[in-house]
Amino acid sequence: MYKRSKSRMLFMICNYVFLIALSIVCLLPMLNVLAVSFSSSGAVSAGQVNFWPVDFNLHSYAVVMKYGTFMHSLFNSAERLVLGSVLSLFICVLTAYPLSKENDKFPWRSIYAWIFVITILFNGGLIPSYLAVKQTGLLDTIWALVLPGAVNVFNVILVLNFFRGLPKELEESALMDGANHLTVLFRIYLPVSLPSLATVALLTMVFHWNSWFDGLIYMKSPEHYPLATYLQAVTIDANSLKNMKMQDPDTLKFVSDRTGRAAQIFLTALPILLVYPFLQKYFVKGLVLGSVKG
Amino acid sequence: MRYLRSFKEHTILHLMLLPAIILVLVYCYYPMAGIVIAFEKFSGFKGMLHSPWVGFDNFTYVFKMPEFLPVLRNTVWIAVMKMIGNLIVPILIALLLNEVVHTFIKKGVQTLIYLPHFLSWVILAGILKDILSPSSGVVNQVITFFGFNPVFFLGDNQWFRFVLVATDIWKEFGFNTIVYLAALTAINPSLYEAALMDGASRWKQTLNVTLPGILPIIILLGTLSLGNVLNAGFDQIFNLYTPATYSSGDVLDTLIYRIGIVDAQYSVSTAIGLFKSLISLFFISSSYYLAYRLANYRIF
Repeated sequence: MYKRSKSRMLFMICNYVFLIALSIVCLLPMLNVLAVSFSSSGAVSAGQVNFWPVDFNLHSYAVVMKYGTFMHSLFNSAERLVLGSVLSLFICVLTAYPLSKENDKFPWRSIYAWIFVITILFNGGLIPSYLAVKQTGLLDTIWALVLPGAVNVFNVILVLNFFRGLPKELEESALMDGANHLTVLFRIYLPVSLPSLATVALLTMVFHWNSWFDGLIYMKSPEHYPLATYLQAVTIDANSLKNMKMQDPDTLKFVSDRTGRAAQIFLTALPILLVYPFLQKYFVKGLVLGSVKG
Repeated sequence: MRYLRSFKEHTILHLMLLPAIILVLVYCYYPMAGIVIAFEKFSGFKGMLHSPWVGFDNFTYVFKMPEFLPVLRNTVWIAVMKMIGNLIVPILIALLLNEVVHTFIKKGVQTLIYLPHFLSWVILAGILKDILSPSSGVVNQVITFFGFNPVFFLGDNQWFRFVLVATDIWKEFGFNTIVYLAALTAINPSLYEAALMDGASRWKQTLNVTLPGILPIIILLGTLSLGNVLNAGFDQIFNLYTPATYSSGDVLDTLIYRIGIVDAQYSVSTAIGLFKSLISLFFISSSYYLAYRLANYRIF
């Protein structure tokens, strides 16, 4: 179709090389961490490890799982992820449905809509939010990580826009047949909105897995930290391994702070690395639904 | 009877909204009321209602703090550079990806470049600290291999801001590219055919068909990003900065954290937070208004 001129060919080659190099730049840091986590501490501190492990071993992983509170935090994160995602998704759907009605059918709609929009425009800031969590007695409980962020207005907008795109006849005929709104929502709307809900579910799960700041300020005892907060504490602390009180000298030959840290970084990133490529199709679809249609 | 039924229908709708409204009232609106402590000498024992009222004293204290102006300057500089980079780089990459004819390569590149978006700054900071380390990091091994002196990227105030901007663009460009690629596929192919008939080269087609085709979405994303003018990226900076780089990397959000949570000066921290929230309110509202006027964008 296009002229296959020499300059065009040259451009295509450069373009391919550039784009592939760019993707490698996005991947290499992860490979470096992986290589460090599998290498011996000696090889790492001698600077021999780039993107391939030297003296391949699994000691760093063994130490991380055996000592310290890594497994504790992993459990906290799993608990938070399940609780938070289920609750957020449920509330999101429940909120999006009434807001997707036309103004003449549900006159209160715009008042409610404003209540939610204002929270995008303005917030009380760090300390007042902290005090709200403290005064509702959530400090140091899993609910402090789940409840304050349970209503995500952007996700609500994404889902309500999807609901609006559904044919009106679906709802009208069901209501005519005597179904109430809850039935319409859960029996008719939900089954046909699975792609958009999968998007919201993915966004929420990634959000909960990655959140660390709320854990840092709302959790008093480190054994309540979710994984991301735990990792944050570990990467800031240069002597995290010493704090794990391990004695085995054989292990120390292979494991240093750097290899141990690399192992923990990789383990924390692993679930996301595994999940995100498979949900890409849903995800791109949902994202475009939400952002381009507006 | 008909009215009763319509009331019943509405009752269900109100009830459906109830959980979200309660959560928003407690965790968004109650903190909004909590900004009164910015005008008080707040003490935890006396509480919000009974702490002594000091008017604007906290604000005058904040504005006279020696670090306040530099911090504000850092915030705006870092945020604006990120806004510009995150707008331009994804457009370029989307245009380049659009030229790729092999679907396999296109999909592969796309999947890899938006990987960093899904990883948190905690993970990425851990990785960056490792590969940017002046003694053992991979990047500096490459630099010294070519005979240059190693650079302390995360410890040198001349470099730190640029590292912040560059790594943020690196994290987000792949993800931001998705929206442009979607807009590119929506361009009517007959426009390209017509341009080809008129003898337009691929470059001319890009200038006169492709770019105008995605201009609405560029304007939309550009105006929406205006609301971020004071969001320099707390997660990133908090996990990468050290006291040595406060002078180039300390921003409003990190200052609010240190004064509020570390020093427990609740009133002063809230005053800075309110200052930031009010300016952000202005920019976010303007950005939504502009997006509505320029691109007919409405959030609801």
